[in-house]
Amino acid sequence: MKARKVTDGLVKVFVWLCAGITAALLIWILVYIMSRGLPHVTWEYLTSKFGGDDHGIYPMIVSTLCLVGLTLLFAAPVGVFAAVYLVEYAKPGKLVNVIRFATECLSGIPSILFGLFGFIFFVQICNFKFSLLSGALTLALMVLPTIIRTTEEVLKTVPVSYKEGSLALGANKLYTLFRITLPSALPGVLTALILSIGRIVGETAAVFLTAGMVYRVPKSIFSSGRTLAVHLYAIANEGFSFDECFATAAVLVVLVLLINFAADLAGKLLIRRLGGGQPN
Amino acid sequence: METILSAEKLNLYYSDNHALKDITLPVPKGQVTALIGPSGCGKSTFLKTLNRMNDLVDGVRVAGLVTLDGEDIYAPDYDVVGLRKRVGMVFQKPNPFPMSIFDNVAYGPRIHGQRDKKALREIVESSLKGAALWDEVKDRLNKSALSLSGGQQQRLCIARVLAVGPEVLLMDEPTSALDPISTQRIEDLIEELKGRYTIVIVTHNMQQAGRISDRTAFFYRGDLIEWGETDTLFQTPADKRTEDYITGRFG
Amino acid sequence: MEEKLERKATRRRRTPAEFIMENLFLLCALASIAAVAVITVYLFVSGTPAIFKIGAKEFLLGTVWKPTEGQFGILPMIICSVVSTVLAVGAGGVIGVMTAVFMAELAPPWLTRLLRPCVRLLAGIPSVVYGYFGLTLIVPLIAKLSGFAGNSLLAVIVLLAMMILPTIISISEDALRAVPRAYKEGSLALGASHSQTIFKVLLPAARSGILSALVLGVGRAIGETMAVILVAGNTPQIPTSLFDSVRTLTINIAFEMSYAEGLHREALFATGVVLFLFIMALNILLNVLTRRREKKNA
Repeated sequence: MKARKVTDGLVKVFVWLCAGITAALLIWILVYIMSRGLPHVTWEYLTSKFGGDDHGIYPMIVSTLCLVGLTLLFAAPVGVFAAVYLVEYAKPGKLVNVIRFATECLSGIPSILFGLFGFIFFVQICNFKFSLLSGALTLALMVLPTIIRTTEEVLKTVPVSYKEGSLALGANKLYTLFRITLPSALPGVLTALILSIGRIVGETAAVFLTAGMVYRVPKSIFSSGRTLAVHLYAIANEGFSFDECFATAAVLVVLVLLINFAADLAGKLLIRRLGGGQPN
Repeated sequence: METILSAEKLNLYYSDNHALKDITLPVPKGQVTALIGPSGCGKSTFLKTLNRMNDLVDGVRVAGLVTLDGEDIYAPDYDVVGLRKRVGMVFQKPNPFPMSIFDNVAYGPRIHGQRDKKALREIVESSLKGAALWDEVKDRLNKSALSLSGGQQQRLCIARVLAVGPEVLLMDEPTSALDPISTQRIEDLIEELKGRYTIVIVTHNMQQAGRISDRTAFFYRGDLIEWGETDTLFQTPADKRTEDYITGRFG
Repeated sequence: MEEKLERKATRRRRTPAEFIMENLFLLCALASIAAVAVITVYLFVSGTPAIFKIGAKEFLLGTVWKPTEGQFGILPMIICSVVSTVLAVGAGGVIGVMTAVFMAELAPPWLTRLLRPCVRLLAGIPSVVYGYFGLTLIVPLIAKLSGFAGNSLLAVIVLLAMMILPTIISISEDALRAVPRAYKEGSLALGASHSQTIFKVLLPAARSGILSALVLGVGRAIGETMAVILVAGNTPQIPTSLFDSVRTLTINIAFEMSYAEGLHREALFATGVVLFLFIMALNILLNVLTRRREKKNA
C-alpha cells in the first residue's frame, strides 16, 4: 500500500515535471529573444533600408505585407468556397473522401517541398522568376488546408435555424449562403485567415526558394522580395551582427503574439455572434 | 367554408421510416387550425410538408397530394420560392438573423425584389405593427435583433414572415421556448391575425389549442386520428386515443 | 395510382446563378486534389531522371555526397533524417504526452486555460526563430558541456523535440478528453489510484489519437528545414556519435539549391522526391489511423 503511494507520487512528479519543461521552454524562448532583441528595435531600425550603411528592415516589412496580401488574395476565396462546398453542398461519398484526403496530404507536406515545387513550377516552368507572385502562389497552396478546415468547422457551427428561417422566407440556397451563413461565420473565417497570416509570416523555406532574397522594396508582384523570416535566416547565416538578428527575431515573435491575440479575439466574437442567437 | 390548403392521402417516409400515413386534412381559410399529439406523432413533419421545408432533409419521400388553392405544390414545375412566400413559417425557437431589427424584417421583401427604401420602411413598419412589436422597437430599428428578449424575438420572426405578405402562417410550437407572459402576447397576436391570415399551429399545450384554435387535428404515431371543430373535439372526442391524450392520460 | 404520385422531395430547381456558383464551389473544393496531383507530378518529373542517371543504388545507398566530383550518395542524409526524427519524437513524445496528461487530468482548470494559449504560441513561433534560438543558445551550451563543436546531431534532436511539442500536446489532449468519463469512473470505482487510472485506462483508451499525434510529430520533424539548418553543422556524413556535424534531407535541398546547376540541381530535386515518399507514407498511415478511430467511435 505504501509502495503504491510512493509510485503514485513519483508518477505525478514526473507528469508535473514534463508540463513544467514545456512551460519553461516557452518562457525561456520568449524572454531570451525579447530581452536581447527588443532593445535594438528602434524606429530607425523599422523604417530604414538595408544595405550599405543601412541596417533597417523596412523593405522586409513591405515584402512581408505584400506577400501576405497576395497570398490571401489567391488562397482565401478558394479555401472558403471549398469549405462551403464541403459543408453546404457535398453529399458524403467518394469525392468528399478524396478531397479530405488530398487536403490532409497538402497539410502534411513540409514547407521545403512546397518551396521545391514552387521553384520548379512557378519560378522555372511558369517563368515567374523569383518573385512575390511565385512566392504567393506557393504559399497559397500551403495555407489552403488551414483555411479550408477552419472555415469548415465554423460553417458547421452556424445554427441550422438561421438557414431554415431564411429558406422559409423564400430565399434560395445561394442567397441564404451569402446573406446569412457566411456573414454569421465571418469572425470564424477571419480566424482562419489570421492563422494563415501567421504561417505566411513565419515561413522561410518555401519563401526563399520562390520569392528570393533581394533586400530591396519590391516594385511590383514580379519583383523578388525578402520577408522578415527570410531576412533572419540570411543574416543569421552570415554570422555577424547578432543584435540585428535578435531584433528581427523579436519583431517576428511580437508579430506572432499579435496574430495569436487577433485570432483569439475573432474566436470570441464568433462565440458571441452565434451563441447570442438563442435566448435561453 | 372555403378550403385554402389541403392534404389528400399524404404519405411521408424518412428513408425506411413511415412518418405520415394517409393523412387527409383540409385547412379552412382564415381560421386557426391546431395540430396536437404526443411527441413524434408527425404533427411537425406534417406542418413542414405544407411549405416543403422537408425538401431540406435528405432521403425524404412524399407520396400523395398537397394543394394550395387547388394547385399541387409537389408538382415538378411548382415554384417553391413562390410557395414559401405565400405560406410563411414561424419556428419553435425564435431564429432572428444576426443583423439589425430592420434588416431582419426587410430580409424577405429584399429577396423578392423590393429595393425601394421608402417602400421597405413602410413594409417594415406595418409588419412590426402587425406583429405588435412596433411600439417596443421603433426607436432602435438599427440595433441587433439578438438584443431583443425571447418573446420579442419571436414576434420579430412573425413580423419577418408578415413582411413577405403570406396568406398562410405555419407555426411550429411558437411559444414553447417562451415565458408565460410572452406566450400570452403571442396568443393575443394570433387572435388578431386570424381572419386576415390562415394559421396552422403545432402545439403541445392543450389549453393553448383550446383557447386559440377554431379547428383541431389530433395526430398519433403518424396517423391523423381525428379532426374537427375544436370545441367538439375537446368535449366529445370520437376516438378513445384522442380522449386519453386530451385528458392527459398519455404523451 | 399512389406509385405515380410518389416523388422525391429533395428535387429543387436552380437558377443559373445557383448553378454557376455551385460549380464554382465544387471547382474550389477540387483545388486541393489538383494541388496534390500537380505537386506530385512535377516533383517526380523533375526528380526521378537524376535517380536514373546516377543509379538508384548509388543515389540511395551511396555514402559520399560530393557534387563537384559527381558523387551523389544521400544515405548519410537519410540516416540522419531518420535518426534525428526518431530520437526527437521519442523525447518530445514523452514530454508532450505527459504535458497533455497534465492539462487534461491533473492541472486545475485555470492552469489549463493558461497553458493552452502558451502551447499555441509555441506552435506559432516561426521555425527560423527556433533555429536562431538553437544557434545562439543550444549550440554553445552543447559545445561547452561536451567539448566538441556544438553544431551537432544532438542540437538537431533537442530543437526538433521542442518544435514538435505543441503538435503532440494539443492532439493528445484532445484524444485524452475524448475518452468517455465512464472509463475513468469505472477504474476509480475499482479502487485504482488516479495515476494508475491515467496509465492503465486513459492512455490506452486514447491510444490511437496519441499515435496520430506522434505520426504528425514525425512528419513535422522529418520535414523541418530552417531550424535545423542553423544548428546541424551541415556536413554530409553518417553520424557515429551525437556530437557529429550532420545534414538532413531537408537541409541538403535548402542549402545547395541556390547555386546548384545541371545534374547537381536534379539530384537535389531527387532528394525532394525521397523526402516526399517518406511524407506520403506518413500521410497514408495517418489516414488509416484516423479512419480506424472514426470507425471505433461510430
